[in-house]
Amino acid sequence: MGSDLASNRFSIDPRDRSQTRPAMSFVEYSEFIQEGDIAIIFLGHDSMMPVKVQQGAQTQTRYGVIRHSKDLIGQRFGTKVTCSKGGWVYVLHPTPELWTLNLPHRTQILYTTDIANITMMLELKPGSVVCESGTGSGSLSHAILRTIAPTGHLHTVEFHQQRAEKAAEEFREHRVGHLVTVRNQDVCKEGFGVTGVADAVFLDIPSPWEAVKHAKNAMKRQGGRVCSFSPCIEQVQKTVEALADEGFQEISTLEVLLRVHDVRTITLPLPDFGSDQPLETPTDTPVPSNASVLCKTTTPPRDMAGHTGYLTFATKPSV
Amino acid sequence: MADNGDNDSQHRVNEGDYVVLKRGDIYKAVQIQKKKKTVFEKQWFFLDNAVGELYGTTFEVVTGGTLQPRKPKLVESSADAKEAGTDNRNILDDGKSQKLTRDDIETLKEQGLKGQEIVQQLIENSTTFRDKTEFAQEKYIKKKKKKYENSVMVLRPSCRVMAMMYHGREPGKICHLRYDTLAQMLTLGNIHAGSKVLVFETCAGLVLGAVMERMGGYGSVVQMYPGGGPVRAGMESFGFPSHFHDTLHEFPICHVNALLAGALDTEAKDIDADSGQANGDKSNLTQTGPEKAESKECSPDTKDQCMETSTSTDPAADKEREEREKLREIRGQERKVKMEEKRKKLAAAAAVLEGRNADGLVIASRFHPCPVLLGLIKFLAPSRPFVVYSQYKEPLIECYTKLKEQGGAVSLRLTDSWIRHYQVLPNRTHPMLLMSGGGGYLLSGTTVATDTPKMGSTRGEEPAAKRLKLTETTEG
Repeated sequence: MGSDLASNRFSIDPRDRSQTRPAMSFVEYSEFIQEGDIAIIFLGHDSMMPVKVQQGAQTQTRYGVIRHSKDLIGQRFGTKVTCSKGGWVYVLHPTPELWTLNLPHRTQILYTTDIANITMMLELKPGSVVCESGTGSGSLSHAILRTIAPTGHLHTVEFHQQRAEKAAEEFREHRVGHLVTVRNQDVCKEGFGVTGVADAVFLDIPSPWEAVKHAKNAMKRQGGRVCSFSPCIEQVQKTVEALADEGFQEISTLEVLLRVHDVRTITLPLPDFGSDQPLETPTDTPVPSNASVLCKTTTPPRDMAGHTGYLTFATKPSV
Repeated sequence: MADNGDNDSQHRVNEGDYVVLKRGDIYKAVQIQKKKKTVFEKQWFFLDNAVGELYGTTFEVVTGGTLQPRKPKLVESSADAKEAGTDNRNILDDGKSQKLTRDDIETLKEQGLKGQEIVQQLIENSTTFRDKTEFAQEKYIKKKKKKYENSVMVLRPSCRVMAMMYHGREPGKICHLRYDTLAQMLTLGNIHAGSKVLVFETCAGLVLGAVMERMGGYGSVVQMYPGGGPVRAGMESFGFPSHFHDTLHEFPICHVNALLAGALDTEAKDIDADSGQANGDKSNLTQTGPEKAESKECSPDTKDQCMETSTSTDPAADKEREEREKLREIRGQERKVKMEEKRKKLAAAAAVLEGRNADGLVIASRFHPCPVLLGLIKFLAPSRPFVVYSQYKEPLIECYTKLKEQGGAVSLRLTDSWIRHYQVLPNRTHPMLLMSGGGGYLLSGTTVATDTPKMGSTRGEEPAAKRLKLTETTEG
């Protein structure tokens, strides 16, 4: 690892490539849980935890302990596992989307709604070569890798050394190391470390306008797509100007918000209009009626993410 | 490391390519055919000159409908003569500010003047242009350019442009599925190379095409279709290489119950096909038989022939009849081959489905999603994502409730998304005035293994807290 860092670049562990057994990875489904896999323990609504499956290891949950050797290894992904206290959980196959919900945060991360739009608007598909900066916690990186596998490549740049190291380690652990190169450098000063190879570039940095030129250089001569994510409109303003100056076309800024609807059954009581027959003995206190109507509906969540960031897309024209 | 020896040829437009034309925010998918007139945005032209040019090139439409590639650095020339007003207090709407009449403009057009030149003329003949503010001037130019500049961009089809095109042109055909919603579907469904994905859609083949693009020709896609055959026009416009089509299977939704019940075995299919063939033979018979018997089934034309043959023993007519019979036989043979092909296709799709180990399920149709989802989810392996689109929320509420009741799925989420575009210009940045009101709703989730009888005993030992929690989420 240390020597890798010295060369400013993390090379691929050859063992990752030579794997022949059908092991789980973030870019390929497998049926059974094996040692070394990442599994997502599903505890209940919005409560999950990722585990690395190891012979002899144990994981504590609020429903009791899970013994990896007995409860996980050899089981099918998606099965119900009974914990020591008699409670149960489901073990799920990892996906980039589940990882986004469970990864250890080292930075602010991008969530699935933005990721989905970035992926489509950057026209990512198997074989795409993508440049990204910064790597951050690797939320978007995993989604990119899933989409561009098995023939694409991701060049990701992170100027924070510890984060770069951690990300590279995760990629190897998730068996996608062969699809990604992590570089520890400043994208605004040194660029992406590649030229003329990328179909798409993604920027999630504080001053993306300083990296627009490098983005252009990293991209194929025949053109490609670029995206910049910024929380503040002033950043967008500067980035759009820089993009236009560099000759990018189809510049477009948008924002996507997700609404999650809570499905529930509600009870609406019916008012008592009284009898239409004149009462023989008028009383001051009417008998309360229990009549009500049940109905299935959805309610909006009390709080929702109102803003994540503006997404600015553009096309680099072919030369 | 420049270009990795990349060949330009794969980035150039070829004859027969499926491309997308773009002007402003308007898209249109066409196939490049020589000498074929194309109509786009009230203009007609030929795409012959696009052949050999790079994708992404902008063309100017010139007289005679030919296209002329526009050099990239030709834009924005009005940077000179910066004379502008500060406000509009003295600008009056007298309807006389434009000195050119409608006829003048038509004449200019007929002279074959380029759009840019017409715009320049309009500016020069506008008495109020100089008094307008800098921003108003820019807006004026932009508006006129949009009207008079005859430029067309030729793009390579992609999920992005196809989804935006369908949403803009024919939202009804794709159940009003907005592009950002489609993006969610592909991501929530974890669509990627090497997986086995089921697609049920009535979105003109757009969703199928989007799924296939993300699969990149690796893995397999089974298109479940209603009615007589799958609709694929949208997918065809993606112009996928032929090997992508090898990974695509089709299965009629009307055979799902039989397949699930195990009643759709190879024998059944054989019988099915045989009966089809028998039918074919029978119709053959009804055609040939009566003719021999000289009956009313003959067309007027053949009737004459029949009468002829019945009265005379003309050898020429005999020969003709023989030939006709031969032709019929060939047709019957062709039909047989087609039936056999169809049977093979069905068997192949059934084989893919039978393992019930699909990796993903994507539904986007005009049908009620509930029976579709409950039927097709049975083909998924445990721990796999599924996503259902509906233009309306209520049917998805029903899906949600039914799935909660029957189990076999976790992480159920009913969502929709809002998309807002922005105008970003110096000192004039704001959200676009117009935004799309609705892009439909999604129900997504992950399958899990359903309880086996063995698991039944552990169920009673569940801690009370967990049970309570579950009912809470079920009933809200």
